[in-house]
Amino acid sequence: MKIGVLSVAAGFLLAAAHWVGYAAADEIGDAESGEKIFRKCASCHQVGKGAEHRIGPHLNGIFGRKAGTVDGYERYSEGLVRAGNDGLVWSLEKLHAYLENPKYLVSGTRMNFAGLKDQQDRADVLAYLRRFSDNPANIPEAQPTAVAPEVELSPEILALVGDPEYGEYLASECTTCHQRDGSDQGIPSITGWPEEDFVIALHAYKRKIRPHPVMQAYAGRLTEEEIAALAAYFAGL
Amino acid sequence: MKLNRRAFIGTGAAAAAALQAPNVWGAAHGRPKVVVIGGGAGGATVARYLAKDSKGEIDVTLVEPTRQYYTCFFSNLYIGGFRDLSSIAHSYGTLASEYGINVVHDWATGIDRDAKTVTLAGGAVLPYDKLVLSPGIDFVDGAVPGWDLNAQNKMPHAYKAGSQTELLKAQLESMPEGGRFAMVAPPNPYRCPPGPYERVSMVAHLLSQINPTAKILVVDPKEKFSKQALFEEGWNRHYAGMVERIGPDFGGDKVEVDPGAMTVTVDGVVEKVDVCNVIPAQKAGRICEIAGINDGNWAPVDGHSMVSRMDANIHVLGDATNQGDMPKSGFSANSQAKVAAMAIRGELTGSKVFPAKFSNTCWSLIDTDDGVKVGASYQATDEKIAKVDGFISQTGEDAALRKATYEESLGWYAGITADMFG
Repeated sequence: MKIGVLSVAAGFLLAAAHWVGYAAADEIGDAESGEKIFRKCASCHQVGKGAEHRIGPHLNGIFGRKAGTVDGYERYSEGLVRAGNDGLVWSLEKLHAYLENPKYLVSGTRMNFAGLKDQQDRADVLAYLRRFSDNPANIPEAQPTAVAPEVELSPEILALVGDPEYGEYLASECTTCHQRDGSDQGIPSITGWPEEDFVIALHAYKRKIRPHPVMQAYAGRLTEEEIAALAAYFAGL
Repeated sequence: MKLNRRAFIGTGAAAAAALQAPNVWGAAHGRPKVVVIGGGAGGATVARYLAKDSKGEIDVTLVEPTRQYYTCFFSNLYIGGFRDLSSIAHSYGTLASEYGINVVHDWATGIDRDAKTVTLAGGAVLPYDKLVLSPGIDFVDGAVPGWDLNAQNKMPHAYKAGSQTELLKAQLESMPEGGRFAMVAPPNPYRCPPGPYERVSMVAHLLSQINPTAKILVVDPKEKFSKQALFEEGWNRHYAGMVERIGPDFGGDKVEVDPGAMTVTVDGVVEKVDVCNVIPAQKAGRICEIAGINDGNWAPVDGHSMVSRMDANIHVLGDATNQGDMPKSGFSANSQAKVAAMAIRGELTGSKVFPAKFSNTCWSLIDTDDGVKVGASYQATDEKIAKVDGFISQTGEDAALRKATYEESLGWYAGITADMFG
């Protein structure tokens, strides 16, 4: 409830001024509650004074940082580094999406986490993490605080069964860059993925939650059925 | 004859069904024949997809004069020293051995649209049911006063890759210290919109290493060009003071050359140069003119299937076409080839036909690890191939993104050449 009201307010501010600073932690959610929820994350991540890299990187200063770039952490997945180079910056919106389902933003991420499905839980954790990032005054290029749309796809979309013959035709557009034999040279392999991963990845590009402009343009005009057809085809290669 | 035999040995129902499906080739002629002229990004791709997806139902012949094909894309990177010439060379062996395509190394010299035959320079006559023309470009005669094809060794165009590219690079390497390279850029429309400007970047890269006081003069009839802000930013950053461009405001559209004297005259002012790359105005490859399917300099096509607007049995691909919003690029030709292959298979074998979708991305290299791109997605309308959504690299991008963009282009090169040649 609180989130809904605030996002309306933030949207208004954005429209009015074309500029808003980072939300203060207490505008994002309930940081006290977030601290408790963060225990789910703490087996891999530390945050706060003296935080160090563990299985995952420490999360100090995560707001506004380019994905996959924290100093001293060397175990990023190739996909996360690529996403950072493609332009993925950890805004509130992207963090919401990533916490809801990490694979929505980065296929092949090493963050093996089922996701926080409850929006309020995510907001609270992010409010907690927000305390360990810079103050708005220190961020010249501040970002809007609009709350993320739900990224999770409906069961109906995930249940669509694609026409493999159509998938084969549509796939011919992909194979100009992504090789059918699965080679991975500068452009990632897309063969043999679980169909669901493929579907959520393409929908994330279609909705411009993933950053890559080529993929956004190509996925943007694919229908739900066409995405299902492609997923079926590439899963079988 | 085969129809009679089929009617005897088949069931009555099957024979009747074949006759009742007017758009499906059926068994009347044995295997339907497709002849493809031109083995580049359009022709090689359409031949491969026809052979692969029809699983032997279509007899595919690919006519291409050269045994060793050099891609125009990445040929600038050879000039810059980022690729070997051999790395952009491809042969047709796999298309013949793995896909059963009849690869004929010869020139197509005549097309009889009534008899539906292609005549080759060697004398052979190839009958076709569907003909695909993907001949690329030729140059408009007299486009740059003083230059014609006889001058191409003194002032190379290097706009068809291979020996011309090698020649241009050799001339650049033996340029006197502090010498001057000139490029006469083409008017719209032409093959590869960013191509001349990527070339300027690659020449600048080469010269900055071996001849750093050399200068580059670009004489350009166009006000603006593809990725202009990105290239100009890159030239300032990497090659400050080396590149000078004369646009139409200063007479860039009033140029003539003298290959004997090695001069370029811009709006009456004579400039002495050491190496000169003339990229003249362009038109569809000559075979389109011979076939009589051009309207002006280009062959108009219907974007739903890439069929010629002049002849329902001829499809045209790539640079030679007038199709709408897509640039003349290898990526475009490859994309169009898949639409054409689907449409031709549909007509000849009754396979399903889906709505045409097209895409294009053009990567350019400005300097080491400094790659940029521009591209879009397209769909067919009744009037033309229309742009749906596009994107372009931004000025001021960080080095990691530019490097990733360059690496992406390497992946694309591997992908598209595998898609063309198998």
